[in-house]
Amino acid sequence: MTAVRSVPRRELWRRFRRNRLATAGLMVIGLEVAAAILAPLITFDDPGHVDSGASLSPPSGDHWFGTDLLGRDLYSRVVYGARVSLQVGIVAAVIALAIGLVAGAAAGWYGGFVDGLVMRVTDVFLAFPYILAAIAVITAVGRGRMAVIVVLGLLGWMPIARLFRASVLQAKATEYVEAARALGVSDFGVVTRHILPNAVQPVVVYAAIFVGTAVLSEAALSFLGAGITEPTAAWGLMVAQGKDYIFSSPHLLFFPGAAIFLTVLAFVLVGDGLRDALDPRVGTP
Amino acid sequence: MSTVSGWGDAALEVADLRVHFDTPAGVVKAVDGVSWSLHAGETLGIVGESGSGKSVSALAVMGLLPVPPARFPSGHVLYDGRDLLAAGEKELRHIRGNEISMIFQDPLTSLNPVFRVGSQVAEAIRAHEKVGRAAARRRAVDLLGEVGIPDAARRADDYPHELSGGMRQRVMIAMALALDPRVLLADEPTTALDVTVRTQIMDLLSRLQGDRGTAVVLITHDLGLVAGRADRVLVMYAGRAVEVAPVEDLYHRPRHAYTLALLSSLPRLDQPAEGRWRPIAGQPPRLVAVPPGCPFHPRCPFATDICRAEVPALAAKDHRAHLAACHHSDRVGEDATSCELAVDVPAMGGRSTAGSGGTPPLLEVDGLVKHYRAGGADVRAVDGISFTVDRGETLALVGESGCGKTTTARTVLRLVEPTTGAVRFDGEDVIGASAARLRALRREMQIVFQDPYASLNPRMTVGTILSEPFRVHGIDDAGEVAGLLDVVGLGAEHAGRYPHQLSGGERQRVGIARAIALSPSLLVCDEPVSALDVSIQAQVLGLLHDLQRELGLAYLFIAHDLSVVRRISRRVAVMYLGVIVELADRDVLFDRPAHPYTQALISAVPVPDPVRERTRRRVVTSGDIPTTVDAPSGCRFRTRCQRFAGELTDAERQRCVEEAPALVDRGQGHPAACHYADVSTVV
Amino acid sequence: MAGYVLRRTLLVVPVVWGAVSVLFVVFFLLPGDPVELMSGGERAVNAETRAAIESKYGLDRPWYEQYGRFWSQLAQGDLGVSITQGRSVNAILGETAPASVRLAFWAVVLEVLIGVTAGVLSAVRRRSFVDALATVSTTVAVAVPVFVLGYLLQYMLGVYTFRHDFPDWARFPVQGIGPDSWALFLFPRGSQWKYLVLPAVTLASVSTAVVARMTRATMLEVLDADYMRTAAAKGLPRRTVILKHGLRNALVPVVTLVGLDLGALIGSAVLTEAVFGWPGMGLAIHGAITSLDAPIVLGLSLVLVAAYVVVNLFVDLSYALLDPRIRYGKAGAR
Repeated sequence: MTAVRSVPRRELWRRFRRNRLATAGLMVIGLEVAAAILAPLITFDDPGHVDSGASLSPPSGDHWFGTDLLGRDLYSRVVYGARVSLQVGIVAAVIALAIGLVAGAAAGWYGGFVDGLVMRVTDVFLAFPYILAAIAVITAVGRGRMAVIVVLGLLGWMPIARLFRASVLQAKATEYVEAARALGVSDFGVVTRHILPNAVQPVVVYAAIFVGTAVLSEAALSFLGAGITEPTAAWGLMVAQGKDYIFSSPHLLFFPGAAIFLTVLAFVLVGDGLRDALDPRVGTP
Repeated sequence: MSTVSGWGDAALEVADLRVHFDTPAGVVKAVDGVSWSLHAGETLGIVGESGSGKSVSALAVMGLLPVPPARFPSGHVLYDGRDLLAAGEKELRHIRGNEISMIFQDPLTSLNPVFRVGSQVAEAIRAHEKVGRAAARRRAVDLLGEVGIPDAARRADDYPHELSGGMRQRVMIAMALALDPRVLLADEPTTALDVTVRTQIMDLLSRLQGDRGTAVVLITHDLGLVAGRADRVLVMYAGRAVEVAPVEDLYHRPRHAYTLALLSSLPRLDQPAEGRWRPIAGQPPRLVAVPPGCPFHPRCPFATDICRAEVPALAAKDHRAHLAACHHSDRVGEDATSCELAVDVPAMGGRSTAGSGGTPPLLEVDGLVKHYRAGGADVRAVDGISFTVDRGETLALVGESGCGKTTTARTVLRLVEPTTGAVRFDGEDVIGASAARLRALRREMQIVFQDPYASLNPRMTVGTILSEPFRVHGIDDAGEVAGLLDVVGLGAEHAGRYPHQLSGGERQRVGIARAIALSPSLLVCDEPVSALDVSIQAQVLGLLHDLQRELGLAYLFIAHDLSVVRRISRRVAVMYLGVIVELADRDVLFDRPAHPYTQALISAVPVPDPVRERTRRRVVTSGDIPTTVDAPSGCRFRTRCQRFAGELTDAERQRCVEEAPALVDRGQGHPAACHYADVSTVV
Repeated sequence: MAGYVLRRTLLVVPVVWGAVSVLFVVFFLLPGDPVELMSGGERAVNAETRAAIESKYGLDRPWYEQYGRFWSQLAQGDLGVSITQGRSVNAILGETAPASVRLAFWAVVLEVLIGVTAGVLSAVRRRSFVDALATVSTTVAVAVPVFVLGYLLQYMLGVYTFRHDFPDWARFPVQGIGPDSWALFLFPRGSQWKYLVLPAVTLASVSTAVVARMTRATMLEVLDADYMRTAAAKGLPRRTVILKHGLRNALVPVVTLVGLDLGALIGSAVLTEAVFGWPGMGLAIHGAITSLDAPIVLGLSLVLVAAYVVVNLFVDLSYALLDPRIRYGKAGAR
């Protein structure tokens, strides 16, 4: 299932673009990143601006997405929330990738004792159900954006390590790696030119989906009160605050909920698209 | 459409069959207007290279092609007065396995891994007959016994992975013949098996066919196999039938240019390396873009304008039963006897320089041992072998799976560290060489791999792959890549392509170009042609031969195909379970083999000559190849040795059990590791 | 077989030891003041409480003594005492565990039944309407946050249907466990099922989608396998070929997935129970987060980690039954 299916980058991109859903996902991510960066320019209100007179007003021309209990503009809060979600998702993914790639490469390349050690540590960390572990750690060390990022990253590297280890092992056993060694290419050259570029592609697929998972987890933690705290505008937190008004003001749930859904969906679609583009059985003429 | 055989009523008849697949790249015309018939009890061989449509037509007969993407623009499959192509699923189900059954190439993947083999055979019975579980099992066990599985009642409870390849194929045969079908479609039934096991399986099939009067369609790429087993042969090319004839006519008087080309490009076990040989130029066509007119015309030496314009019809030639679809079948017929178009090739295998000037050998391997642990067992992959390779010569290392030939190749290059033993290159110790010295040595000895798909980095262009050797050794590569491509017969435009954009033959040429980039003096070739089609094999062998002549390369040539070995080697070493059992000059080894294993191995390779193939003396080994983990004591071959089983006295046998025979000359003129070595001719 | 069972079982020991040690480090060595943590975070700690907590966990002792004490208490089955409720975590576990087990059981049943069926159907009818529907809905289900889905279901089947006078069967209660009445521990009695449906569906949604996607992928691979062609060539009906020869092989990785996915399910259960007020361990943990009751989080986490490890042990052992190649050491050792 984790066969090394390596494709030149140009070819990968060509196949990826043929997948309309995946391309749409990539565009959604692009738009969100732009919105997050340009948030002050495309919103009309400070996300923290309290207007007690406008409490819980439904969507209107003034407040596109309506307002929350404190009368804060929901549209601004959702846009600013993209900053939090994307930052948490991407930075957590970078942390998980950094640890996972180093651990997986070490285990796969050195084998023996290093491999055994890394795999046992991976087993231990995999014994924690993901969200539960995050809850436990955050309960112990305290909440906040940094805590969430670090915890999600530190608890998410194991599948990457396993995947990359398998990829490295597989690439290591290929004849093109043997050919390179027979030519006299140094170990460093073999790893950097032949093994890593070919082994990393399955990990890229996982990484794309991982960003989505991290966004989802951050929202879940914030929802439970073990993540981002007030007054930061975070989508999960906004859902938690809106849940008591589900009967009267469903927009409080709808907009942040839809934002989480779209973001995660976009990353999942991109991951699926990458996976299909890497699969030699799909559309090679 | 009338029957094409003109032999009256047939057990199975395929008429004007077309199978097209709709793919994103276009319509693949896998089978494009093919007709054949099969008579009760006969064996029809269908021969072709990969992509010729031979397997697809068999699957179409069984109704096993997925529709879509498959389509049948025309055709009938007539069986017992019915057209199976038009039959409903229920009707087909009644016929499959019951009246027409099929065995496949790879018995490991063709058996379901999670069910016991006995129950898989019983299931075939219960699919068609109302019998109880116990009765079906009893019949399954009987069948397993009949196909030669020892202790069948117990082995019936084994899972497929617990059986050897040969035993699995026996199970497949038991399953296919469980209900005494009238027709058996055998799709490459021995291709995945070792050479000595192939003979056992084919003999079993022939025996069962004789007992039951089954008509067999033998689908294969192996012209030798068909020569000895088929009554009539159909040759396919690019989805079309190009020639049908009784087996002797086809081999001795071919009337289609492709058949002739195929036969004369074949390396043959029964012919010395010199003489008639003509590789076919070019590539088989891609099935989305089959050339107009005769599909073979771009590669055909006889082609004229008519071949480019008109599709030749399959028409009777010498007599009613010999049909060919060729515009120039008369000229083909003449050439088949006169051989005017064939070129004489000089002996391959290079010349030895050792005798003349008293120079030391280029490569010396001395007492090489490689043991390792795998799955909790000690694998003695290579168990003390010694040989030399002289400058400019080819030494072939042959043997069946698990004999240690590939491990030897890797160890010689120190891609794998040996357990003990010495490897000297040009007098210099390779095993003890420092990293710096090893790098320098690497310029002198290179390797060509078996699998052209796996041996090229998929993310590098051909140009990058070919410039890497120069980069690694700090040599200016200006102009070198283009030069290399030219040497191996590729164009400069190939430099910008990625491996997946090349055909198998082209990839293997890139692999060879990479290996000769640094002008080495020794090439280790690990089964370099075994993954290629017959016509491409000949091209690559020709290239290797040219390179040897021009560059004075020495080859250590690892192979399991003895026909290829006879063509390209100067000397041959035969390996069995980690040791060399016989070492001799090529013609000596093939004409006067002394070790019983060598004799069995040569005897098991069919030659593409029906008369010869049917009159050859056969040396048949019994049983499966043991693994090196449970290698027998004393002589490792004794458990399968025909002489041990039949000719030796008890006292003589005792010696085989107790004492491992040394590789020495016992009066045959060359060394063989057998206490009772005795020359015998088996070709 | 026995060798495999023994090896796999022994592997649990280092994993449990490691996991428990990690929790110890997180709760007792990482925080600035463990006493503060174990007594409720930012609240002021009076000297008396501090002394009580220090003596309970030995917080004034060196870390290795604390570590030994932590283990010896665990060995006696002592999970600690809740700060806000003043009761032992064992008592809380006893009260909440049955509700969680019931919910999780039904979620897994739904997950396997719907997930495998949808996966098989969409693989067998590739590129059909069924396949497109399954692909879209599984992709959506993976991306919808559990809590959003929960509220969505509440709104549609608990709010909207009431407001618009839908028939009774379409109206569902949205909070709590209701009568809490069960037959044979697991089976809802009387109107109990109405309280179970929405939380179970919510909890099962993501896992069902994951199982369906995995089943589809492995089934597509299996459908291409040579042995499927062999089975058809025997003259077996298509249904037998797919369900007997195909599904049996496709299930092996799916079973592994169901086991591993239990980790995600536990996380989702915390969210689901919070959304529906389902009085299980997840709701207890949610409450403990809000009230900063660290002992509850620690104690219940320990139990859930252990349960997860043990379930996966059984899953691994069970697929040795599904795949005979695993029973005899390494697959393909030949």
